[in-house]
Order: sequence, then structure tokens, then C-alpha cells
Amino acid sequence: MPQDDLKIGVFVCECGTNIAGSVDVDKLIEEAKNVPNVVFTAKNRYMCSEPGQAEIKKAIEEQKLDRVIVAACSPRMHEPTFRECVSSMGMNPYLVDMANIREQCSWVHMNMRDTATEKAMDIVKAYVARARYLVPQEETEIPVEKATLVIGGGIAGMQSALDLADAGYQVYLVEKEPALGGIMAQLAKTYPTMDCAI
Amino acid sequence: MMDVGRHPNIKLLTYSTVEKITGYVGNFQVQVKKKAKYVNETECTACGDCTEVCPVFVPDEFQQGLSSRRAIYIPFPQAVPSSFLIDMENCLGTNPIACGKCADKCDKKCIDYDARDEILEFKVGTVIVATGMDVFDPTVLDEYGYTKYENVITSMEYERLLSAGGPSDGHFIRPTDRKRPKTVGFIQCVGSRCEKLGKPYCSNICCMNTIKDTLLLKDHYPDIEAKVFYIDIRAFGKGFEDLYKRSKEAGVQYIRGIPGEIIEDPSTHNLKVMVEDTTANKMEEYEFDMMVLSVGVTPRFDMPEVQQLLTLSKTPDGFFMEAHPKLKPVDAPTTGVYFAGCAEAPKDVKDSVTQASAAAARAETLLSAGKVKLEAITSSVNTDLCRFCGMCSKVCPYNAFTVDPKKKTIRYVEALCKGCGTCGAECRFGAITMNHFTDEQIITQIDTHLAEKAQEKVIVFACNWCSYAGADTCGGARLQYPPNQRLIRTMCSGRVHEKFVLHAFKKGAPMVVVSGCHYVDCHYIDANRWTQKRVEKLWDKLEKWDIRPERLLLEWISAAEGKRFAKTMQDIEELRKKVTKEEIEHTVKVLTEEEEKEKAKKEKQKKK
Repeated sequence: MPQDDLKIGVFVCECGTNIAGSVDVDKLIEEAKNVPNVVFTAKNRYMCSEPGQAEIKKAIEEQKLDRVIVAACSPRMHEPTFRECVSSMGMNPYLVDMANIREQCSWVHMNMRDTATEKAMDIVKAYVARARYLVPQEETEIPVEKATLVIGGGIAGMQSALDLADAGYQVYLVEKEPALGGIMAQLAKTYPTMDCAI
Repeated sequence: MMDVGRHPNIKLLTYSTVEKITGYVGNFQVQVKKKAKYVNETECTACGDCTEVCPVFVPDEFQQGLSSRRAIYIPFPQAVPSSFLIDMENCLGTNPIACGKCADKCDKKCIDYDARDEILEFKVGTVIVATGMDVFDPTVLDEYGYTKYENVITSMEYERLLSAGGPSDGHFIRPTDRKRPKTVGFIQCVGSRCEKLGKPYCSNICCMNTIKDTLLLKDHYPDIEAKVFYIDIRAFGKGFEDLYKRSKEAGVQYIRGIPGEIIEDPSTHNLKVMVEDTTANKMEEYEFDMMVLSVGVTPRFDMPEVQQLLTLSKTPDGFFMEAHPKLKPVDAPTTGVYFAGCAEAPKDVKDSVTQASAAAARAETLLSAGKVKLEAITSSVNTDLCRFCGMCSKVCPYNAFTVDPKKKTIRYVEALCKGCGTCGAECRFGAITMNHFTDEQIITQIDTHLAEKAQEKVIVFACNWCSYAGADTCGGARLQYPPNQRLIRTMCSGRVHEKFVLHAFKKGAPMVVVSGCHYVDCHYIDANRWTQKRVEKLWDKLEKWDIRPERLLLEWISAAEGKRFAKTMQDIEELRKKVTKEEIEHTVKVLTEEEEKEKAKKEKQKKK
């Protein structure tokens, strides 16, 4: 079920002229204000910059935002940045989403400002709609047993085992044959040093 | 080898196989079978008294069968552990008629014919797969007469013949007359770069191995004439070109052309070959005392066992597949598992050592942290809705589900889930939720995009790793395409549920595109195999409802293929223009009716 009582903030990045050059950011902001649950909007020349992030942090605090939509570049670029940004304000990092209006809008629809703006609006609206269904996600941590199994006692298995054992970890080296060495042990000499393999 | 044997942190288990691995990253439970050696490994001093009295002779594997060993033996003099063992398949034993000569001879009483295999169990956080390679077996190649002519040998046999510890004590002799050959020919790419044998790949090491072999030969016997027949000489590594030059300077002749067959002269046992020298453009005949087949590297015959233990996959050449060929070349797709050496691809000693250290470092990253963060975007199961059909366990690339339809139980290990969402797309009972990419979240995106001017818009589902990234690459290159597409991101194309596609059509979308990684590039092993199956089924359904299946497209676009993304979007816009208003109206009508029928059916079932 959608959560109807959420307070969503929409932050639009101009990315210099990268976005603002093809998309009417002011119009985008105006329209975003009319979308259900959107209680706060802002634009910034570079949302990923320190001042840009500060603006998000301030709004989270002052407006008591529950969800944040950053309309900017690809999440593949700055999702970690904004996740960290909202986390620092105590918000679950999975409650921020990025509406990609740069790589998938302003950069590929240049010189068609109206339609590009229309598409950007659709993207923002879709993410706001999605935000109504977002719930916190937890990254669970589990302990790691400080030992390694190495399967194979040829040159590769032996090297891995030695490196880890030297670093102080317990290693179990399992070799199918009765002795170590693998194929390498059968070689008369090895290149490029031309010396004995054993 | 010695360092490994005596290291206090290494528990060395030779003559052992891994029988079972359960659990997940950080917490693998391992079961190992240690086969009985029938000789006490710690007490044996490798004095060799036992072997002298053993009456059984069998071919010596270490010497490639060129000499023999006894049934009680040490694989080679420098073996670690330095202990003898009994090959029970060939030992006469003590039963029914006692041989027992070795036991009588052993002063330390190390021999125990009743020893049993042991099962050991322990827990580890990470696993390194260094299972190695096999050498190509040329017996299938009739034309080279490996099984008919004794003087045709493989490069592995050559290694033994030239080794000081070999069957001829390092004296290079040919098998038929035990005399030193005057002329030796080497044939490259035997079992490599050959489509016919299903070995289209380059084995990486054979060119340099032959160059090394010729240098060893010339160092010991400058008078022996050596010729190498090749397709290309690939001497690409550090210092390799130098060795190649040295070999040529030492008088080794390199001829570009591979002999079609080897024919033996029965009187002299010499070998004749006809070769087209492709640099000189002429046919030449050569005669050799001995020929060496430079055999390629093949995946180990027992790879499927390890593959199953750790749910690994293979690349088309048969070696293990990495998590990413460029960015995660050492990681297996299963978290906490790493590759070292030829298990992943053919490698020489230096590259094996390099990768082995890399694998150790990758494992150490987890071990030293002492904890690992698990993927937050995972599936969850509602057991109340589950009907135990087992579909999730069938499609999950990571074996996160175990379903028993008879006992009506489902076990789901969240730590194994990587978040592709294929289970959620395949579950017919809505029992699985793919968190952060839930049905509602995706449906609401579709609804929003199609709320206005639906007939002008194309809904494109794109997987995070390839096609979404491909769209980003397209943007980065400022490649322009019509602004009518609306992209919806999922982690994997395997997440795209049939109902998402039908919902988009029902809401008036003229075209729907499902896009993902190319087949072999899937970031969730092979989850996109299910994408394909699902789309194929959808095509059939659409056809049945008189909806043109061409309106649903399946596209594989990689992260690097920005150009292809733009071209696809341009082509799709052309197709979209051809979708008529009437068609869309028909689609909306049919799908709305279908949905109602489906609802009524469910109501009926509920009442029952």
C-alpha cells in the first residue's frame, strides 16, 4: 500500500548547464510542487557539491522529510554520495532515490527543451510515486570465520595458501594427489627463468 | 612446496577431496575426505626400503608412463609430504595370500593395511579454487599418429625426457631405439585454436613452452637440429620476445605452417611431414627422428564436482567464469570464492602466481575485516502464500531456496541472495517480494509514465548492470534519440515480471522493451536465461490475443554499447509510429477483460 502521509523532498540539480541547458529546471520545480506528497523542492547548480548536499541535509531537518528524490545524474554515478548524505541525517540510505535526468534525458535530447522538460517531469513524478512505496532496507553484517579453504595444491594453490598463512590466517590446503606440485612439478624447467620447477 | 609443508598455519591435506560445502560467505562448512595412504605419513622417513621389496610394477604417472613404479611408492623424490603410500588398487596386500613384504621390511612399522579413509570437517570464511588444468590428450588426432608411432611424443613427455629426474636420467633419447635423435620437430597448437576439436581458444603457454624446450635442447645438444611448425608465435610477456630471439639465434628454425599428418618410415621409425610454408608459399617435406606435439591446456575433467560444490559457472571454453572479466577477474560469482591459476583460464607459472596472490589478497580483505556486509536488496518469502511448487529454487542462480514439495517446506537463505529478483518474477503465487524493486514500486512507475499521452511512450525495462548502464554510456557520448522512451530500472532483466509488461500494454503503451545484459555477461550468472523464456512465452500469449508480438521487444545491450542503445531507441520509435490507435484500443480491451477473468477465477477459488 502507498504511504499517503509521507513528506517528500525533490532536489533538482542543474549540473552547470549539463541539465539546465536542455531542461527547464524552474518549470520542473514548479510542476514538482503539485505532485502529491511533495512538501519541499529546491534546485542547486551542483547537487553533489558540499553546498548542494548541505541543502538536502538542512531540508531533511527543517522540513522533517521522510523521502528524498534527487533529480540529477545516473544513480550509477552518485547514488552512494546521496545515500551517505541522507544517512548522516539519520535517514535510512534506501529512502533516497535518484531520478536520472542527465544521462537519460538532458544529454540525449538536446535542442528540444520542451519535450526534454516533459520527459524529465515524467521521470521525477515516477520516482516520487515510487518513493511512496519505499521502505527502509537494512544491510546486515555477518561475522567471517578467519580461515580459508584452498582447493588444489599446484603452484597457484600453494602461493595463495602461503600468502594467507603468512598473514596469520588458518589455511586448509586440499590436494587430490598424494603430493603437492600439480602439473608444475612435472616440468623439467620453466620459462622465463629457465630454472627447475621444483 | 617445502614451505607449504612446514608452515604452522597450513593444514595440508593431500590425497584428499572436498566432499561437501554448505553455508555462505564468511561461514562455509567444509567436509573433506582424506583417503588412506596405508603408510603413516608422519612416521615415514622415505628411506625407500619398502619399495625395493615390492613385487608389483605399474606405469609411473609422474613420468608420464615412460617408466614404472612399485605399488608402494613416493610420487617423486622431492614430494611433499615426504612419505610413501600404497596404491591399493595394485597392491597384493595381505589377503587372501599374504604378500606383506613391505610391512616386514619397514623398521619403523609405518605400514598399516587396514587404514581407513578419514572424514574431516571444519569451518572457513573464504574459499580459493585452484584446481588447475588438464593437458590435451592427442590420441583423438589420428593424423599425428600419437598412438601408432612411438617417436611421436607430447610436450609433457618431452619434459620428463629432458628432466634430470626423468626416466632416462636427463639423457635425451628417442623411444624406439633409446638413441639420441639428430633432428626434432615441434608442432604447435595441438588441441588449441581448433574449432573442429571444440578448442577454439589459445592455450596461452604452448608457444613459450616450446621456445623453452628448444633452448634446453640447444643448450644440452647444440648439434641437434630443431624445427618448430606454428600458426603464430605468441611471445607477448615480459622477456618472452628475448627468449624467442635467443632460440632463433641458437639455430632453431621456425616455419609458419602446420603439418597435415605425420607418416612413419617403418624401417627407420623416422617421421615424415608435408608442410605448406605460408611465408615462402611452397610445400616442403621434412624428416625427423622424433616429433613433439605441443599440446594445449584443457579444463580439468573433474571440474563439474567443484562447480557443483560452490555453484560456479563456466565460460564457453569450459574454464570457470569470473564475476566480471575485467573488473573482478579473481572473484567467483559466489561471494567469498576466488580463483587462482588455470582453473579460470590457461596460464603460465608467473601468471598463476600473480593471480594466486591476488586471490589471497581478495580473501584477506574479508578475513581481516572479520565481517561482511550482505546485499540489502534481497528477496523475502511469505510462507503463508507459498504453495511449495519449487519454481524459485529452480530459477535462483545462487541456490538460495530449498523446497520440498512433498513435505511442503521451503528454506530460504537470505545471505545467498544477490538480488536479481528472478524468483519474484517467476513465483505464481505472489509469495516472494523483491525488496526495493517490489511489484507495487514498478507498477506505480509504469502508471505514472503512462498517465498522460500513453500512446506516444515506450516503456523500457533496463537492467542496472548492462542496459541501464548502456543508456548512461549513450548519454555520456551525447548520442541523441527520440524522447519518447521511459526507462524503468531493475537490478536484473530477470526481475521483469510478465505482469509488468502486460500492465504497460493495458495502460496503453504502444511498445514495451525488455533489455538486459548479453547472454554470457549476466551479472547474476544466468538469470537472464529466464528473461528470455518469459518473453518468449509472452510473445505466444500476445499472439493468442491477437496483439502483435512485435510490440514487445527483447534487447541485449551491454554497458559499453551506448551506440547500440541509441540505435535501438531510434528503431523502436519507427516501430512505435506504426502502432495504430485501434491496435492500442484492442489491446487495452483484451487485457482488461483478461484481468477481469483472472480476478473472477481467483474469487471463485477463494470461495471454494
